Amino acid sequence: MQSPSKKTFPVLIFWIIVGWVGFLILPWYGIEDFWTFEWLVDGYPLDSDYAPGIFLIAQGEKLWLTPLLLPLIGGLFAYRLGKEHALYANILILAGAFGFAWLIAQGFGIGLRGWSYDWLEAIFGPLDDRQFGMGYGAMLVSACFLFLLTQGIAARGAVNGDVFVVSSIGFVIAVVGVFVFFPIARMLIAAFITEEGSYSVSVFFSKFLSNRLWGLGCLSGGKCGAAWNSLALAVLVGFLTTVLGLVFALVVTRSGFRHKRLLRALTVLPIITPPFVIGLALILLFGLSGSVTVWVSDLFGIQPTRWVYGMPGVLIAQLLAFTPIAFLVLIGVVEGVSPSMEEAAQTLRASKWQVFRTVSLPLMRPGLANAFLLGFIESMADFGNPLVLGGNFDVLSTEIFFAIVGAQYDQGRAAVLAIVLLAFTLSAFYAQRFWLGKKSYTTVSGKGDSGIHPHMPNRLAIPVFISAGVWALFTIVIYVMIVYGSFVELWGVNDTLTFKHYVTAFSVRMDAEGLRWTGSAWNSFWTTVQIAALAAPLTAAVGLITAYLLTRQTFIGKNAFEFGTMLSFAIPGTVIGVSYILAFNVPPIELTGTGVILIVSFIFRNMPVGVRAGIASMSQLDKSLDESSLTLGANSAQTFRLVILPLLRPAILAALVYSFVRAMTAISAVIFLVSAEYDMATSYIIGRVENNDYGLAIAYSTALIFVMLLAIAILQLAVGKTNIGRRMSQPKP
Amino acid sequence: MTIATSSKAASVTFRNVKKVYGRDVLAVDDISLHIEPGKLVTLLGPSGCGKTTTLRMIAGLEMATEGQILIGDTDVTKLPATDRDVSMVFQSYALFPHMNVLENVSYGLKFSGFNKAETRERALAGLDLVGLNGYGDRLPSELSGGQQQRVAVARALVLEPQVLLFDEPLSNLDAKLRRQVREEIRDIQQNLGLTVVYVTHDQEEALAVSDRIVVMRNAQIAQEGSPRDLYELPNDAFVADFIGEANLMPCSIESVDNDVATISIGSYRHRLPARGMAPGAATLAVRPSRVELKADMSENSMTAKVVKATYVGSHMEYTVETESGTLFAVSGNVSSIFEAGASVAMNFAESGPVLLPKS
Repeated sequence: MQSPSKKTFPVLIFWIIVGWVGFLILPWYGIEDFWTFEWLVDGYPLDSDYAPGIFLIAQGEKLWLTPLLLPLIGGLFAYRLGKEHALYANILILAGAFGFAWLIAQGFGIGLRGWSYDWLEAIFGPLDDRQFGMGYGAMLVSACFLFLLTQGIAARGAVNGDVFVVSSIGFVIAVVGVFVFFPIARMLIAAFITEEGSYSVSVFFSKFLSNRLWGLGCLSGGKCGAAWNSLALAVLVGFLTTVLGLVFALVVTRSGFRHKRLLRALTVLPIITPPFVIGLALILLFGLSGSVTVWVSDLFGIQPTRWVYGMPGVLIAQLLAFTPIAFLVLIGVVEGVSPSMEEAAQTLRASKWQVFRTVSLPLMRPGLANAFLLGFIESMADFGNPLVLGGNFDVLSTEIFFAIVGAQYDQGRAAVLAIVLLAFTLSAFYAQRFWLGKKSYTTVSGKGDSGIHPHMPNRLAIPVFISAGVWALFTIVIYVMIVYGSFVELWGVNDTLTFKHYVTAFSVRMDAEGLRWTGSAWNSFWTTVQIAALAAPLTAAVGLITAYLLTRQTFIGKNAFEFGTMLSFAIPGTVIGVSYILAFNVPPIELTGTGVILIVSFIFRNMPVGVRAGIASMSQLDKSLDESSLTLGANSAQTFRLVILPLLRPAILAALVYSFVRAMTAISAVIFLVSAEYDMATSYIIGRVENNDYGLAIAYSTALIFVMLLAIAILQLAVGKTNIGRRMSQPKP
Repeated sequence: MTIATSSKAASVTFRNVKKVYGRDVLAVDDISLHIEPGKLVTLLGPSGCGKTTTLRMIAGLEMATEGQILIGDTDVTKLPATDRDVSMVFQSYALFPHMNVLENVSYGLKFSGFNKAETRERALAGLDLVGLNGYGDRLPSELSGGQQQRVAVARALVLEPQVLLFDEPLSNLDAKLRRQVREEIRDIQQNLGLTVVYVTHDQEEALAVSDRIVVMRNAQIAQEGSPRDLYELPNDAFVADFIGEANLMPCSIESVDNDVATISIGSYRHRLPARGMAPGAATLAVRPSRVELKADMSENSMTAKVVKATYVGSHMEYTVETESGTLFAVSGNVSSIFEAGASVAMNFAESGPVLLPKS
């Protein structure tokens, strides 16, 4: 058996090599396109745009990089000393911390125009050099410093000296810090910047207190501010989706309804439907030349109105889009209420209605709160439907968009609006916690629940069935309209059926050069697929590692760690979009206009889902599994890889497909981050809608829906074949 | 104690009751049963024998597919749980986690027509009865397993039901607590004169608490009787082996005289009650404690070889091999013991072994 000290050395050697490779071989600064390798033949290694750190210093440029040699050598020194040496841990910590801190300091201190801050110039004098965003080299070197630091901390005995766990914690903290907290912080600061570039509180307040935000004109017939509109809409949507979701959940679990699988299929719809597609279908039905509008006006001789544009339309569209999400949340909760609770209440002389009111409903409270919160946040963050249907009804998400891309181009205003939006969602987050309070809702003892859920009482069943039926019918009509609309020449004007829109979007041609993708949608389609496919495994990986740390390890600051990783769940996509532009437009991390920023935004938007899925399935695996693996001589990295991961296959696949599909349908953050080169399907469609090219937009959306159905079908197949040989249910006692 | 001795305790009668799940899963097959008021009757059997289904049919949580169920003189076959005067202590206790202990105990009283003051008074009396005075404000999650169990009992008791049902109430408790809690349950049942139907798969627990035991197997009743009857006079090999352990060995009845049979196992002879059986092949059931091992051969004994000897403190456990098979024996004599490998003389105690039909 190897001695423990030797076992840890491969990891240390690896990161030392990574650090030196980053410093000696790879270009230090960012290259226009992350994935191309033109630089290899374009003046490397001497050209200062492509030169590695050491060449820059040797040529007398960027001398502020020189101190980085010190910690790199420090790593080697620690290796020489060996793990038993008293100074080993301290040297690693010192090297890692100093290196990392210096990297950050020089990155922020020196930017595109020399010193980033006046006071630096005042101290060190003028600097006639500048630097761009970090590249491969800088990335590897910073990773090296981070893991030197974590290995040092582990060597000091943190988390039982487990290098893998400490490194994972360090890694997650670093990436969440860089890609969640840093952008948000940048955005907060941007709200205080005046047009001249100095800081002022009054600027914030003048933008914050604007009438366009908080006006109450609608109470007296005028227009209300975007903040009030968003809030009212979100509360309504949250409440109504929760009620409708509960209705469907009750039909599935507490009634003799036979076609339950059909209803469950409903839950897939919102995941695969780009959010604004519902809005488009509503226009086809209720717009000025919509089918229903025309029919009603012919029948009753009423002048068609634009009633659907504004609050009513957005509300209906969001209810259609988000009710299945509430259903998805609630079905688990409604099923999770232990049948023996309800049976106990029955034997204690409570009637079915009393059982429902005093036991079932209170036990569903966490689910109801969650469903409300989700509806609220989704509504707040929804960008597509208000853009398509909003009319004069301004909401925060669209206002933010117009502040950034519109003629006003006011980053400060966008930041202020985003802060208001964020404040709303975070308040909802806390209100939920407060409402749930300290009461326990979990079954005290999980053993031996063999009962069955009773059916709903009649006074509940009748209204539930009616509303579920009406709503399901409406949803079906909407989706039929989407497919049908994609084949109509020009809705309401020329109703002939045609393939024209599909041809425009997805035509291919064979010629001398082989297959050519001539359709106008192909470019954005392939970009979307590519970026979604790259983001999915990364999202799943970060999510599952985080889940592993949260369920399996205890360490100081775990609660704060959990809060940080779940925070991006409460941050609306629009806010992420704005904060990313503000944060990653300038060095030290320059990402705007690249595909990387899209991938990164997807990872951190969808990470909480990966974390939740991972936590849910990991908490079902008994901890004794890990412990037995550990006592059998595996370390925690091997345990994670050989024991936990194989058992988590369903969760991994779910996280993969979910993040893939979400990346394909996302719009709110994406709309800020796309560029000419990296256009995504959703933003392309929104562009068509703005040009009133509904046919193409709907055809493209339909195609997307089917592509994603295919993706989910493949997942079902894969998961269906995954047999992890665990007993699915307890035997009857 | 304000909960009066129950005058409401009622009998439970099953008449040819059958329960079929889905199309063809037979859970309970044509059971007829009479439980007298004020008695504690245990349904005992291995997993899946239909005992829990039987209990749930009394509660009204399952409806009988065929047959008739009566509580007292009332036919309750079609009555839902809410309308039956029965309450139940669940295996998982099923305490409502969002209510505190007092609210849990008051829950059923609220729906039974008591006013607020009465409800509170009765709930507090119930808590007093199970020794949980002053725990009213706690949440179930703040109680130990044993305390949760008592709350569940109090919650069912305060309704003064005609019949009180227990579904494996001790299975979530540790061994030491089990003995204590089962004695408490028995005390309360006897003090209040309640009719209790109790489900368990633990034969020792069943023997300890019951007035009568109903042993079930494969959806049917295997035997019914007092604990002593079942232990000493089992009907067949299944009951003999399920209630306490038994060495089952083939034997042949040589002669029957005045309902006393003489049997032979090899050259060994033994006399015991014939239980109406005629000469021929039969099975002999001998409890381990009735197997006697001695160092010296006497005129009527078998030779046996000790295969395994285990010291368990209060007694010795031996596995011995004879020409007619392997037997398990228990001996209270721990001062002079036999080592594994020793040759010993074995015979059966005068009383204790019983004859069973050939299995």
